Amino acid sequence: MNFAYDAGIVITVAVCTFLTRLFPFALFGRTQQPHPLVLYIGKILPSAVIAVLIIYCLKTVQFTSLPGYAPQFLGIAIVAALHVWKRNYLLSIGVGTVCYMFMVQMVF
Amino acid sequence: MMKHIRYVFVRTLPVLFAFLFLGIAFGLLLQRAGYNFVWALLISTFVYAGSMQFVLVPFLGSGINLFTVILMTLSINCRHIFYGLSFIRKFKGMGKLYPYMIFSLTDETYSLLCSTKIPEELDENKVTFGIALFNHIYWIAGSVTGSLLGQFITFDTTGIEFAMTALFVVIFIEQWMSVRTHLPAIAGLLCGTAALLIFGAGSFILPALIASIVIILASKNIVQAKEGALK
Repeated sequence: MNFAYDAGIVITVAVCTFLTRLFPFALFGRTQQPHPLVLYIGKILPSAVIAVLIIYCLKTVQFTSLPGYAPQFLGIAIVAALHVWKRNYLLSIGVGTVCYMFMVQMVF
Repeated sequence: MMKHIRYVFVRTLPVLFAFLFLGIAFGLLLQRAGYNFVWALLISTFVYAGSMQFVLVPFLGSGINLFTVILMTLSINCRHIFYGLSFIRKFKGMGKLYPYMIFSLTDETYSLLCSTKIPEELDENKVTFGIALFNHIYWIAGSVTGSLLGQFITFDTTGIEFAMTALFVVIFIEQWMSVRTHLPAIAGLLCGTAALLIFGAGSFILPALIASIVIILASKNIVQAKEGALK
């Protein structure tokens, strides 16, 4: 573990996050609106990025054996079904995670 | 003062539960990755961005290049541009609190501030600041609690990392239901999968993000025709 590099990553994330929050305040006043392209990116890109992040979470999935993919996909199915049904963040994430932990620890 | 605190506390109760829960999951993950509560405290205090903090955990100790970190942070958090736009006027009138209000404008604080009709007898600036501050404190408290739990209570936390996957699946579904065109979401899934197959688990995220951005820019007219004018 490299302390300085890790600290650098954290600082980079902190600064970039603050910059995205600062952006509208720094550049636009009460009447002036940002360029339409900026608004478009800000509105549309997050849906694509979240999709990429789901793939990112699944990057270690192995289709060669059942325990390599079944817990992840069953877990996602549980989260998705619960969320479509109840629309309750805590319920979907909580139950889904506990089911996943149970599957990787006890079942597979 | 007390009535302000009471009002803010009641208004932020739903966020309290959500942030304690997610914060604990984050703290546990961080602890499992080998980073103790000091890291949890500092990250949750100074980064203070839910999804991005979950993404950050596997970055630590991985030697990932900083350009990837920058692009990921900017693309995950670019939605913040919209949040700020609604509050330029209000925050500018808050004097010394102005920088903190910008810093602490998370998804949850934004939606609370949008939906809160502050009663006449309360000071608007105090309530606005209180909501932002309380949410921030809940998040820090949850994260530190999670990492301490991971450190001192020994139970098998194998699989806790799925909380991150579950969080993104939930956000994905919420976004899917809130828009008319699913092209960006599908583009993200396809770009992610293709990049993973081509570049492998270690280095696919950057090409996946770049490909998604290119597709989104290229399909601007189609998406906007379906979505209608941007507000």
